[in-house]
Amino acid sequence: MATIEGSMLDFRQLDLLAAKDTAIHRLDARAKVLVVLLFIITVVSFGRYELSAMVPFFVFPVVLVTLADLPAGFIVRKVALVIPFAAAIGIFNPLFDQELRFFIGSFGISGGWLSCVSIVIRATLTVTAAFVLVAVTGFTAVCGALGRLGMPQVLVVQLLFMQRYLFVLADDAANASRARELRAFGSRGMGIGPFAAMTGHLLLKSWERAERIHMAMLARGFQGEFHLQRTGTFGYRELFFVGGWLVVFMILRFINIPLLIGDGVTHLFLAQATIP
Amino acid sequence: MHMADALVSPAVGGAMWAVSAGAVAYSSSKLRAEVDDRRVPLMGVMGAFLFAAQMINFSIPGTGSSGHLGGGILLAILLGPHAALLAITGVLIVQALFFADGGLLALGCNIFNMGVIPAFLVYPLLYKRLAGQDPSGTRLTFAIVVSALVTLQLGPFAVVLETLFSGLSALPFTTFLLMMQPVHLAIGLVEGVVTAAIISFVYLARPELMHVARGTAAALVFPTRNLLLAFLCAAILTGGIVSLVASKEPDGLEWAITKVTGSAEVQAPDNKLHKLLATIQEQVAVLPDYTFKKPVASEQPVSATVENKGGTSLAGIVGVGITLVLLIVGGALLKRGRASL
Amino acid sequence: MSHHIVAADRLSFSYPDGTSALRSVSFTIHHGESVAVIGANGAGKSTLLQQLNGYLIPTSGQVRIGDFPVTAKTLHDVRRTVGMVFQDPDDQLFMPTVFDDVAFGPLNLGVTPEDVESRVSAALQAVGAGHLAAKPPYRLSCGEKKRVAIATVLAMDPAILVMDEPTAGLDPFSRREVIKLLKEFSHTRIITSHDLDMVAEVCNRVIVMHAGEIWADGTTEEIFADAGLLASCRLEPPLSMQNCVVCSRRRPVSAD
Repeated sequence: MATIEGSMLDFRQLDLLAAKDTAIHRLDARAKVLVVLLFIITVVSFGRYELSAMVPFFVFPVVLVTLADLPAGFIVRKVALVIPFAAAIGIFNPLFDQELRFFIGSFGISGGWLSCVSIVIRATLTVTAAFVLVAVTGFTAVCGALGRLGMPQVLVVQLLFMQRYLFVLADDAANASRARELRAFGSRGMGIGPFAAMTGHLLLKSWERAERIHMAMLARGFQGEFHLQRTGTFGYRELFFVGGWLVVFMILRFINIPLLIGDGVTHLFLAQATIP
Repeated sequence: MHMADALVSPAVGGAMWAVSAGAVAYSSSKLRAEVDDRRVPLMGVMGAFLFAAQMINFSIPGTGSSGHLGGGILLAILLGPHAALLAITGVLIVQALFFADGGLLALGCNIFNMGVIPAFLVYPLLYKRLAGQDPSGTRLTFAIVVSALVTLQLGPFAVVLETLFSGLSALPFTTFLLMMQPVHLAIGLVEGVVTAAIISFVYLARPELMHVARGTAAALVFPTRNLLLAFLCAAILTGGIVSLVASKEPDGLEWAITKVTGSAEVQAPDNKLHKLLATIQEQVAVLPDYTFKKPVASEQPVSATVENKGGTSLAGIVGVGITLVLLIVGGALLKRGRASL
Repeated sequence: MSHHIVAADRLSFSYPDGTSALRSVSFTIHHGESVAVIGANGAGKSTLLQQLNGYLIPTSGQVRIGDFPVTAKTLHDVRRTVGMVFQDPDDQLFMPTVFDDVAFGPLNLGVTPEDVESRVSAALQAVGAGHLAAKPPYRLSCGEKKRVAIATVLAMDPAILVMDEPTAGLDPFSRREVIKLLKEFSHTRIITSHDLDMVAEVCNRVIVMHAGEIWADGTTEEIFADAGLLASCRLEPPLSMQNCVVCSRRRPVSAD
């Protein structure tokens, strides 16, 4: 499991990427959020045994990564961390679903394996989309966009505050953790007692900080309403972006392009496609 | 206990999204009407606290595994149900977006399992009844531990149900159930003990923080003796149960999975039972396999692989390979093209 | 508002658990004065500051800002007039970007969005942080955070600036920048600090507090010359006013 500092660094990295200035970055956040939502819904709507039809969907993150000048290696590494977990979940499908559904020559592959790989591909696609969304939009803008798309204001504010103080509190937690470690002298894990005490301290510190923040808010005239000034136009570019990707997704959803390509290629080079 | 995108079908995911969205909207409106504007920074900071606290692992006595704080009951006690739900929702959203801890489709399920269940079900219906108006000492510990236990049974049970109705995993219902529930019994116990310890700590320092105990003038003292006793019982119980099935897996769900793999080999399933389970699971799984626009169109690829096994299978593989190559080459070219601009 | 006087009249305050924090504190601060409130930790400085913008209400006695007393009803006006900068800038910068933070105050006061823009840039320019407008607070350095925190208050156009330990934790360069800023302001300034050298540079009047009471109230020169008084309040004269330890063998004034 990543250390606290490690996770927070990644978090900051993604936010830093969002500060770039490319055509994609300049698009209104709502457009990007919408497209990613459509993407995820489409990917997830595939049946359990579908594999080949999902692969072309990688074109979406690939295009975005290149157009937005994102570091591909970084994204790939972050996504790669997720794959083992998806595999762990799908891994017992082959045990229970042994009906052969797919043949390469006389070698049969069970439905279980198909659905397992399908799960992994699905996970990879959705996670990549989420990362890319944040890397081209930034957390704050995503929250703002979600707010304007209907998410309750209370939740938007909650997310923004949480993100703001995450770094501060994670630092506190990391410090406390390190301080304890330095006095632990070899005992491997942290017992429940020390954990409860440490977490209790953190909780109180956090609570008191919240009270001071409240003081600061009152001192600047806060009376309950949050004014988040976010302007953004949903213009032709955005319409084109959303519409264009929607068309692409629909095409890819209902036409299995790899199959078509494969069909074409095999008919070109092989007299007889099947090896009996 | 995070539900992953991979296991959720659009139907189940969508349904749970609707439920969770409804709950969140309800809580939001309740909070807007609330006069106390301290809640804005408090909720945000407590959300950040929960996130940070979940990154710290502690070792569970009696086993080799480590755990982390769930926090549902803790937040419900400190903030009240509505604020707690929103705080937990915030944490889950950030985890889904930045840490790929569960996925965006499954977010609705996760908000329900880890937010709605403790805040809307266990806290009002169970905890408040057990703790009463003026909780202190043993009664409070008891209420917390029991609430945590129940939360961490209902949550995993919900995961099992959601997986079942989604039909994307081939794991039979009963096997999954038998693996999830007992493990989470231990986890629930630990969560309860840890939460009780934290609440007691907070109580000693700042008694006025307890959401439930309002208006009581006297400082409520939390005798450590009771806590130690409760901890001792928990340790014995945990040690006893868990030592029977001890493992080094870091997470209850993963532990369950390993157990399944192990038992599947050892058991040499009774063929009839296995077939029966498989058939049931097949029946149930087929029903919610829901596609959006045209069911006919989506069946084509499946039937293509199943029926035209020979030619199209090979074609399929070749096609996938070529597509991947195209994507990689295309991406590289695009990148090079942009770099030179 | 007439003269923006800050006046405390036999102000006393006790916390709900009974601890007495302020005992019959009285003073009058006139428009444009630059006053330091110094004292040991626990002397009641922060509590006093919190009375000045209405966060805490006196148990007895009164605080007046300009024409009106600080009561629950006048809070809005008080906070418009009295701008408070807290010790930990992280507590004050809670919005997603610096711009949002500086705009927070004016927006709450009902300033129109167009005017908000100009106020924000003016405030950021005043503290030399104009280039930081789009940054999220967690990416700022300590010194930058302090200056932006000051800007968040300046944007509200207060007549009175109250600051709690403005130079605490800053490196020498940032500290010098903050001192320069403070000297430039024409607002009434009320500052608490342990940094007595900064006080010597910035303030012309010093109020010494000890155990919730005011023990002295005079010009900076008078107070800092009285080492005995300072010692009895657990303080020392500013380091720049103590005898040079290197040049002479005499030990510096100790507070024992």
